[in-house]
Amino acid sequence: MGEIKAPAFKDTAEQSAKLQEVIAKYQGTQGALIPVLHEAQSIYGYLPYEVQQKISEGLNVPMSEIYGVVTFYTQFSIYPKGEYNIAVCLGTACYVKGSGDIIEKIKERLGIDVGKCTDDGKFSLDATRCIGACGLAPVLTVNDDVYGRITVDDVDDILSKYMD
Amino acid sequence: MELARGHVLVCGGTGCTSSGSAKIIDEFERCLKDNGLDNEIKVVQTGCFGLCALGPIVIVYPEGAFYSMVKPEDVSEIVEEHLLKGRIVKRLLYQETVVDDDTIKSLNEVDFYKKQQRVALKNCGVINPESIDEYIAFGGYTALGKVLTQMKPQEVIDEIKASGLRGRGGAGFPTGLKWQFTANAVGDKKYVACNADEGDPGAFMDRSILEGDPHALIEAMAIAAYAVGADQGYVYIRAEYPIAVSRLNIAIEQAKEYGLLGENIFDTDFSFDLGIRLGAGAFVCGEETALMTSIEGHRGEPRPRPPFPAVKGLFGKPTLLNNVETYANITAIINNGAEWFSKIGTEKSKGTKVFAVGGKINNTGLVEIPMGTTLREVVYDIGGGIPGGKKFKAAQTGGPSGGCIPADLIDTPIDYDSLISIGSMMGSGGLIVMDEDTCMVDIAKFFLEFTVDESCGKCAPCRIGTKRLLEILNKITSGNGTLEDIDKLEELCYSIKDAAFCGLGQTAPNPILSTLKYFRDEYVAHVVDKKCPAGVCKALLSYVIEPEKCKGCSLCAKKCPVGAIEGVVKSPFTIDPAKCIKCGVCQETCKFGAISKK
Repeated sequence: MGEIKAPAFKDTAEQSAKLQEVIAKYQGTQGALIPVLHEAQSIYGYLPYEVQQKISEGLNVPMSEIYGVVTFYTQFSIYPKGEYNIAVCLGTACYVKGSGDIIEKIKERLGIDVGKCTDDGKFSLDATRCIGACGLAPVLTVNDDVYGRITVDDVDDILSKYMD
Repeated sequence: MELARGHVLVCGGTGCTSSGSAKIIDEFERCLKDNGLDNEIKVVQTGCFGLCALGPIVIVYPEGAFYSMVKPEDVSEIVEEHLLKGRIVKRLLYQETVVDDDTIKSLNEVDFYKKQQRVALKNCGVINPESIDEYIAFGGYTALGKVLTQMKPQEVIDEIKASGLRGRGGAGFPTGLKWQFTANAVGDKKYVACNADEGDPGAFMDRSILEGDPHALIEAMAIAAYAVGADQGYVYIRAEYPIAVSRLNIAIEQAKEYGLLGENIFDTDFSFDLGIRLGAGAFVCGEETALMTSIEGHRGEPRPRPPFPAVKGLFGKPTLLNNVETYANITAIINNGAEWFSKIGTEKSKGTKVFAVGGKINNTGLVEIPMGTTLREVVYDIGGGIPGGKKFKAAQTGGPSGGCIPADLIDTPIDYDSLISIGSMMGSGGLIVMDEDTCMVDIAKFFLEFTVDESCGKCAPCRIGTKRLLEILNKITSGNGTLEDIDKLEELCYSIKDAAFCGLGQTAPNPILSTLKYFRDEYVAHVVDKKCPAGVCKALLSYVIEPEKCKGCSLCAKKCPVGAIEGVVKSPFTIDPAKCIKCGVCQETCKFGAISKK
């Protein structure tokens, strides 16, 4: 598994029961693994080793294959996300309008790399593929809030809205 | 259905939703209630109108008043003035539609829409995508009824063949032929599948169809299933498109309820079920064999072809796989006939094509044009030209697999064969416009970063080769490249094209090859003159103070974080290029515009 410095995994009885429900629902479905991983990620927010193991046992799929699938697709994360997940669109339309500079500025402000989370668990940063809001380029989202037609100068203002 | 005297159509596509259209719908409902109009005026959330740059968009019928960039605080004015008193709120109208004080133009006469012809997008922005009744009222499911009750499967295939429809996913393979291959294949079970894994950055045609007219896809897939002899379908859709996924789910449930999906549709022997599979963010899954591997629940790596999916596809069974936009043309062909369809477009490219036009252009949005329309018409007539009076430099089509069309080829007709002949490709429909401030080497680098990131890793030419290409590009843009590097770059491109396993690897070098073909001088400027002509590549820029403009105020010297600016007050200052880190603070600081990038 290499080094994964994720916080210790804890799950609630409720989460665990939900996961078992999902696994039961997909028993016997062809190609069930990816839908199960999607639902598991929405229960836990990410897919730590322990969750993958439960799915492995539940669906009778080897761990090696599950880990292979989880790391292949960018939507699946083995790291937890921050309370506020910032996603900067790096689609072509956003890129030609300067989203590359915006992501650099956020990296500098938060002191984290793309795909990582700040130590206090507050912010995480993703570079996303085209989200299709090209009319608003360049675009970033913070959880469900969308900010369009932004410039590097707007970054501080946007971040400060989420800092206490 | 109750009759309303007026309709307020609010765009609920992703673009307008991102600019807050949901709040506007709430606000309309609240204001209509306050004014006692909620029984007379109906608010409808529709799919994309196409003019995303002006979102959120609201159209009020029967007048057809086109309000653009509407804010929640504008809603009460529209309700009180327009809907209550019958006075159109001129200041909120899309200015192009205003003729004089008393008249407004219909939307179809506006430059943006005039040259468009809507076939695949016919219902987008017109009906409520979450209502099967509205779809049926606009002629929906009549094509399926006609096919199931009046046509034999082979007749359906012949009709599609005669229409000349070619795949809209990029490669342009004749659709009828694909259907024929799948119909001819022997198997106890067959599948139809839809590729809605729209991965090209800057392309959102398929999403708009799914969001604006999901039943059109369901109907077309049912027709395809009948034609090839399948009873199960899958739509493979990007998880990044939550609105599209939810509307398609709603549409499938409604179709099941109405008996248009399920057992014995239209009381015939034909049964068809449709399921959704979510993608998980892998560009390679847009490649047909990788997509099927992913639906099966594995890492989305491509498989060798042959066997082609028509013979051995999903779960080893014959499978028909088409793209969303291809399916979106099917009902129109069945309803209006192949002859009608084949009259649109050019000799070898029939019908229309939807493009997502973005980048440095005024009217960003979604356009559907007859094949053969020139790039000039798209950029200037429909797109409204380049902002800020800048010069058109190139357009990029086909995303990471495509290439660019330079300014001197702007009169090229847009069809499959013309684009291939100039070294680009139709692609799925992303069209990004670039102006003089865009560096073509940087754009090639952008696409290569994308492919390096998205290479699935199965074959060495793509996994290792694209990485080497990117390294050479980085060397060039950082000012360390040589002329030999450009030759090496070109040679490696051709090796990858020859040796990569799947379509994505084979086309990955295209952005480099086409920029080399048309903008080789820019590459040469980067390596020989160590300059970036567009002023993008940071390492090659130098900041200079123009002595005639400099007043010697010393502000820049005070702000410079590395002390690279020196001079005597009241006489021109200078920048020491050896110390300068090119942060640009001095340029922002200067009140006299004396500092420029060169």
